[in-house]
Amino acid sequence: MMDALFFYLFAVLVLAGGIFTITRRNAVHSAISLIVSLIGVAGLYLLQQAEFLFAVQIVLYVGGIMVLFLFVIMLVNLDQAAKQRQFNRQWLIALVCVVVVGAEIIYFMRKGASSFQLPKAPSAVAVTEGNTEQIATVLFSQYLLPFEIASVLLLVAVVGSVVMAKKRI
Amino acid sequence: MGPITTTHYLALSAALLLIGTIGVLTRRNIVIILMSIELILNAVNINLIAFSHYWQNVNGQIFAIFVITDAVAEAAVGLGILIALFRNKETVLADEVDLLKW
Repeated sequence: MMDALFFYLFAVLVLAGGIFTITRRNAVHSAISLIVSLIGVAGLYLLQQAEFLFAVQIVLYVGGIMVLFLFVIMLVNLDQAAKQRQFNRQWLIALVCVVVVGAEIIYFMRKGASSFQLPKAPSAVAVTEGNTEQIATVLFSQYLLPFEIASVLLLVAVVGSVVMAKKRI
Repeated sequence: MGPITTTHYLALSAALLLIGTIGVLTRRNIVIILMSIELILNAVNINLIAFSHYWQNVNGQIFAIFVITDAVAEAAVGLGILIALFRNKETVLADEVDLLKW
């Protein structure tokens, strides 16, 4: 009961935040709505016992990426853009495409549930170690190479964005 | 209100994905297009976590961490490109950048 209540609360936060993000004229309002949406997603993580990802979501998304976005909004003069048309000319085609994709997803979720019968989920075994510990064990043994590649990717992104944003190299 | 199942999370994730797609396809402001991409990536993450919880398996959460890493890299490079674009063309509207169109 409590679970359902929190799920619907966070779902409303996520969807309302998302809708406001893509409809607001002012980019700062969009960013604030996106923060609300991301906090809702973090709450959903917590509901599903992914505590580590909850912390990562708050620290990295809400604290990191959103500050980056707000910083760029301040750097780039958006007043001119806010006065102009907000949606491009092919918005009708885009909307039709999205509706078609949505119908497809709903169709497959209704059909697929019966035709691809998911095997019964394993019953929850009593886990002694915490969520962060479990993730660390798997990440640093089974997924060590992808982890290193991700660090190289981040290095490339850092160097790339500095080169891109710099006036003269 | 019945109990919350994995299907509820999948439906929410699909809705968020579609909202993000509408944002990417219809907005003109590049900053908001980048924010919509973040929404799409979060929809993917909700999906991964839902199945990770269903199977009682942390592999889904590991994948979500990699998705977040990619989102960070993408946001950093995208905003860097945006600043370079604004310096050179004085615009942040995606359909005014048409140098390669004819």
